[in-house]
Amino acid sequence: MAGTETKSTGGRSKAASKARGAMKNTPAIADFTKEEELKAYREMLLIRRFEEKAGQLYGMGVIGGFCHLYIGQEAVVVGMEMAKQDGDQMITSYRDHGHMIACGMDPNGVMAELAGRQGGLSKGKGGSMHMFSKEKQFYGGHGIVGAQVPLGTGLAFTNKYKENGKVSMTFFGDGAVNQGQVYESFNMAKLWNLPVIYVIENNKYGMGTSVERASSTTDLSQRGQSFGIPGVQVDGMDVRAVKAATDYAMEWCREGNGPYILEMITYRYRGHSMSDPAKYRSKDEVQKMKSEHDPIEQVRARLLEKEWATEDELKAIDKEVRGVAAGAADFAQSDAEPDPSELYTDIIL
Amino acid sequence: MPIEILMPALSPTMEEGNLSKWVKKEGDTVEAGDVIAEIETDKATMEVEAVDEGVLGKILVQEGAEGVKVNTPIAMLLEEGEDASALENASASSAPKAEESAAPEAAAEAPAAAPAAAPQPVSENEYVSPCAPVKIDVGQDPEIPAGTEMRNMTLREALRDAMAEEMRRSENVFLMGEEVAEYEGAYKISQGLLAEFGEKRVIDTPITEHGFTGLAVGAAMSGLNPIVEFMTFNFAMQAIDQIINSAAKTLYMSGGQMGAPIVFRGPNGAASRVGAQHSQDFAAWYASVPGMKVVQPYSAADAKGLLKAAIRDPNPVVFLENEMLYGNHFDVPVLDDYVLPIGRAKVVQEGTDVTLVSWGIGMTYALPAAEELAKQGISAEVIDLRTIRPLDIDTILASVRKTGRLVTVEEAFPICSVSSEIAYQTQELAFDYLDAPILRVTGKDVPMPYAANLEKLALPNTKEVIDAVKAVTYTA
Repeated sequence: MAGTETKSTGGRSKAASKARGAMKNTPAIADFTKEEELKAYREMLLIRRFEEKAGQLYGMGVIGGFCHLYIGQEAVVVGMEMAKQDGDQMITSYRDHGHMIACGMDPNGVMAELAGRQGGLSKGKGGSMHMFSKEKQFYGGHGIVGAQVPLGTGLAFTNKYKENGKVSMTFFGDGAVNQGQVYESFNMAKLWNLPVIYVIENNKYGMGTSVERASSTTDLSQRGQSFGIPGVQVDGMDVRAVKAATDYAMEWCREGNGPYILEMITYRYRGHSMSDPAKYRSKDEVQKMKSEHDPIEQVRARLLEKEWATEDELKAIDKEVRGVAAGAADFAQSDAEPDPSELYTDIIL
Repeated sequence: MPIEILMPALSPTMEEGNLSKWVKKEGDTVEAGDVIAEIETDKATMEVEAVDEGVLGKILVQEGAEGVKVNTPIAMLLEEGEDASALENASASSAPKAEESAAPEAAAEAPAAAPAAAPQPVSENEYVSPCAPVKIDVGQDPEIPAGTEMRNMTLREALRDAMAEEMRRSENVFLMGEEVAEYEGAYKISQGLLAEFGEKRVIDTPITEHGFTGLAVGAAMSGLNPIVEFMTFNFAMQAIDQIINSAAKTLYMSGGQMGAPIVFRGPNGAASRVGAQHSQDFAAWYASVPGMKVVQPYSAADAKGLLKAAIRDPNPVVFLENEMLYGNHFDVPVLDDYVLPIGRAKVVQEGTDVTLVSWGIGMTYALPAAEELAKQGISAEVIDLRTIRPLDIDTILASVRKTGRLVTVEEAFPICSVSSEIAYQTQELAFDYLDAPILRVTGKDVPMPYAANLEKLALPNTKEVIDAVKAVTYTA
């Protein structure tokens, strides 16, 4: 998954000069400490168990409408969360549950929102695709493919305007990468050197259409080339690779070099949404990703191999996060629906 | 306790399905994520994955079964350490539990049924308007103290002054758009702003409406107060997704946590001889969207006071100007901080025989028509709506209750226009006061033609207003 060399023009600083050498390849993977491995393990497992529970509740009819699960892609958001500082912003598409859990939003509130209950993070009025948190600097959950890209660029605009040193992490998928507004954003982000990391979560399929069938060029990390935005491909199934690449991109942005693109090569195990039978890919393909590249299993294997955790200790973590997911499900099911009076609130201030 | 595996809903609309195949058999070990069965929905055949691990203890619904209701128990899963004997204890409890689990299904249907649910409990025959019942007190126009100096200025200058004053007032206010900085605005609205505020706050954008509008909405969500100038609102159609889906709906979708305090402004409607793609009034488009405010001023004083209000407003505001009015002169009060309430119409001329409601450039037809009608002995009350959303229907109704007749005047297309909405609300709320049908004078239902004579025919004119008034006063 080596990135191609980019011709960055922005480089005067330390990170920039370092970039010329490093840019040929994905930033080197640094080994995690025991604490980092354990944190990554728990956070990814929590997202997975939460999503499995959400899928189950959907099956029971508790969750309605659209529900886009993040299972398989956990390393991307967890690795990025581990590299961010307080105040750095996140904004993403409708496949957003993992991002909210990773940035510390209350799982009960997320699940209750999925169920359309009053204790949901948007009081039940947003749904799966629309939750926000000022406190955690999470700017949504957006349902129109690609629309979050200019918005995320706007978050970076605010950072530069206020000179607050923060970085916007703007996530979008391989499907959104062909939207026109993405390139309008790239142009302005580089023109004004805005501190934004464009995170392309390439899970290989935009709904049912593979990248090869939708994109004239498939190395999406190079989509910023004509704007002078450097980018690399990253093994998005390896949480350490994600963190290392994000550390690098964060430094690049904070030093005032403008935007940076990280193409996370990842995979979603489930269908696009709940009603997707996923006939556009083979079972073998899915099975191979699960058995050879699973982001959680990779960490688990390292923890056991290095004897940083025993089977029992890992089982205890699993039990704990299962408890969180089950608790969220219980909360969501027992919570009341929003009061009818909420129909007409929060429309205008 | 064995775990019941329920017939899952596999699409937003699924109520039942066919159990086409069991992939796992009784006695098989199942891991979370394993495919256990295939189910045929109304859309496709879907695989069902196990959520929990264990041993498939008993299959309750055999393969081939059709029309299996969602949430029916289809199998029992034995957990670690359980054997088949656990099934016997569980089977007794499975029936009531199935009923219980049907409750969430009913709950999940509620969102679909929500629009039908009335905001307040009502008796069977009571009609409840779908419009938000919340009345916002928008306040009155500020008193202009006697002896206040009036300065005669163009609408263009008034708009510039409003922006400059608000930019002095708050560091978070900035202006962005095509040609707003060095060129000082395609229509010279931002004259002098770059010189005073610098390039950080007066920003020339590339010609990418979709992108810079979204960027500005993101900036608004994260604490700034952008003013986005569209060279004309025709080009804002490129960006309308960001204006409506991102700016107007975020407050609601976030349960009140986050909104977008932003102003979208620029010339709107027909200019002169610029053809179909550059001549359209978008007031009705934006005014139909909850979460948005829409202002369309006529005079320079109103434009100044309302633009200042729009910049301070915590909501997204669409501020519709008109190129044909930019050079018109009006008296503007010389006051330190002249801010007008958004959502308040203004009775600009009192009368008794007919109510003329207009706004923006429509006033250039309504006012001379009222003057001519007065000469003919017909007294018209003229209301400048100023704000389209929230609509000040109360001011219109008060006038209609007095005159019994209503004519609306605007340049936009007639179908689904602001006039249509005013007429609807008036008949709903003042039906018994009307002595004649409500008439509207609007642009014609055609794309704007280029030829001078056709363009003139496509736009409304003063005579049409007079004719409409004569029709409703039965004086034709």
